[in-house]
Amino acid sequence: MSQRITLAHGAGGTRTEELVKGVFLEAFGNPILEELSDQATVEMEGKRVSLTTDSYVVSPLFFRGGDIGKLSVYGTVNDLSVGGATPVYMSASFIIEEGTELSLLKRIAESMRDALRECNTRIVTADTKVVERGKADTLFINTTGVGLVDDHVELSATNIEEGDVVILSGTVAEHGAVILAERADIDIPFRSDCAPLNGLTSVMLRAGGVKLMRDVTRGGLATILNEFVDASGKGIIIEEGLVPIREDVRGVCEILGMDPLYLACEGRLVAIVSPEAADRVLHAMHCHPMGRGAAVVGRIVAQGRAVILRTTMGVERVVGKLSGENLPRIC
Amino acid sequence: MRYIDEFRDSAQVKGILDEIESLGLREGINLMEICGTHTHSISRYGIRGVIPRGIGLLSGPGCPVCVTTEEEIDAIIGFARENRDVVIATFGDMLKVPASVGSLEGVRAEGSDVRVVYSPLDALEVAIGEPEKEVIFCAVGFETTAPTVGATVLKAMELGVDNFSVISLHRLTPPAMRSLMEEGEVRIDGFICPGHVTAITGSEAYRFLAGEYNTPCVVAGFEPLDALLAIYMLLKQIKDGRAEIEVEYSRVVTPKGNTRAKRIMERLFRVVDTRWRGFGLIAASGLKLKEEFSLYDAERRFYIRRMEAVDKDQGCRCADVIRGIITPEECSLFSTLCRPESPLGPCMVSTEGTCSAYYRYERR
Amino acid sequence: MCLGIPALVIGLEGEEALVDVAGARRKVSTALVEGIEEGDYVIVHAGFIIQKIDADRAAETIRMIRELGRRP
Repeated sequence: MSQRITLAHGAGGTRTEELVKGVFLEAFGNPILEELSDQATVEMEGKRVSLTTDSYVVSPLFFRGGDIGKLSVYGTVNDLSVGGATPVYMSASFIIEEGTELSLLKRIAESMRDALRECNTRIVTADTKVVERGKADTLFINTTGVGLVDDHVELSATNIEEGDVVILSGTVAEHGAVILAERADIDIPFRSDCAPLNGLTSVMLRAGGVKLMRDVTRGGLATILNEFVDASGKGIIIEEGLVPIREDVRGVCEILGMDPLYLACEGRLVAIVSPEAADRVLHAMHCHPMGRGAAVVGRIVAQGRAVILRTTMGVERVVGKLSGENLPRIC
Repeated sequence: MRYIDEFRDSAQVKGILDEIESLGLREGINLMEICGTHTHSISRYGIRGVIPRGIGLLSGPGCPVCVTTEEEIDAIIGFARENRDVVIATFGDMLKVPASVGSLEGVRAEGSDVRVVYSPLDALEVAIGEPEKEVIFCAVGFETTAPTVGATVLKAMELGVDNFSVISLHRLTPPAMRSLMEEGEVRIDGFICPGHVTAITGSEAYRFLAGEYNTPCVVAGFEPLDALLAIYMLLKQIKDGRAEIEVEYSRVVTPKGNTRAKRIMERLFRVVDTRWRGFGLIAASGLKLKEEFSLYDAERRFYIRRMEAVDKDQGCRCADVIRGIITPEECSLFSTLCRPESPLGPCMVSTEGTCSAYYRYERR
Repeated sequence: MCLGIPALVIGLEGEEALVDVAGARRKVSTALVEGIEEGDYVIVHAGFIIQKIDADRAAETIRMIRELGRRP
């Protein structure tokens, strides 16, 4: 393991895995934590309770289609929802840099208020700390979310089988492209896809046949699919031509020489669904505003333990994990 | 997207492949591309997998980051480590290249101010925006990028910006091709020439390859159909026994190239002998800023200590990969010790590097 | 070696052009080229226009690719 933390450790790929396993699991690992999923579901007094935690360090704080406050609520709600939990309570702690304007914090707090109302959940405990100038990039937010899992919900990687269908809830790479475009002074008409998924996941669970869900965030679709492969021990084949993407997002990726499969989303999920339930689930998703663009992008295969992409050129190639910071290139 | 999607139309692939097949060239033919972007797109679109077995697609010294020597990167890292208030601006490609004293990514983690930029103009913007800071731009790249750096220096002069300078690590493509032919370590039956370098230099820059080395050249674009068509044109020349400079990428490349860009390059830079990783010294193959622009030459404004060339042998065979003598799979470290998350050489680090493209797109 | 992207010139001002790639827009420098007009397609590399795209030659290349495909 490299001796010093670099930004690559934060990109959600193999370096992040190295850090998590090499330092944290090593120190306080346990069967639940070792699942390394977005949320942990535990039994408490006969009820299944789901717990998640996340930190938000996005820069810039305000971006087209959202801000760090909105992101912190939706991100927590989404992590719970893809685990089949109904978000109930949240905590939020703020690490604020000395010199930050109060008006900016007010705007972010109001944005969180609107997002909480939209997701029908409440922050029931919070904390604020102030650090010296330069010790934080204006504001960091850490959240914890608690949710209840209904009895009929049975989501686990173990029951994933060959032939299961991979469904993506909408177009990819928008959040990542918004952040990159802003840094490279590229003017764009689209916005971050930052949005809550709790409504969508409940209609999907009601339709039945959903085996596992994950929200696509840091590291993009490719990283999440690789996580499915690790969790299920199976392989995945996806069709490049079926992955929905906006033309202008492709434009940003072409300008910066980047692969959209690795760019972050903030309002998209991937689901593994049994073949017989696929149409039913897809129809249910299309009837929900957050699932209008849902599409089958591939399927589970028995062997391979890898994510294979069949390109529009009809050639198959491995889609590996992100191995460091995803940077624009000139050559 | 105009001029992209038409050249990715998979319906046309079969037709060109059938034509390549019909040429009936069976014996081992080596075609070399010397452009990281070609390496990347050939692997990404699986071109190597669809052309007939007997045709070898080799990757040469096409990635500007890979050919930058370890001592050049060590010098920059050493300087960044000792001057944490100086902004080191670089293209994303340079960040992860390992040298003997770490990488720019590592030295940033230690507290140096290393920033990734998309354009040399962005680095100039940083200097304008933060006048109290010295800004140094690491200028890697071939004939396509050198004029953009030259134009940026001219703009800095025009605006009277005095806290901006450049470390010129530019290299020229034809001398490397000549060195490949002179050394003759690997048989090259034809060159797929870099589309955007040639957009600047003009296709005439390769006349010596046909004339002196009787080697066919086709200047190719970067979409899959460009690559396939260029391969067909090269094989056709080989079959007809011709050795000419042909241009597949005619929508962008002309015989003379971009004269205005060449004038700027010639005005600001002088040609020098320079070392290439994997090649050693190649005569008249590097660019340094002329005396007249020494105010903008970071190597003159600052003491950037040059380490002497140290050829350590830790089993890393990037030098042979860069010269196309071996493919990544033939390097014992490839995908075992040397992986994107633990790269031992530049060919695995740089997204344009041969080994990185093979590892990402062609690993079975 | 050098990533260059086809882009449409939708505005010109001094030594800068506004270019568009499928809706994504950026200001780039025209210092390395002459005679660029609105409506031209150009190749953009590292924030600079490095060459104009010749529409006729592009059509010619496409024709060549298609003819290869149809030959018996």
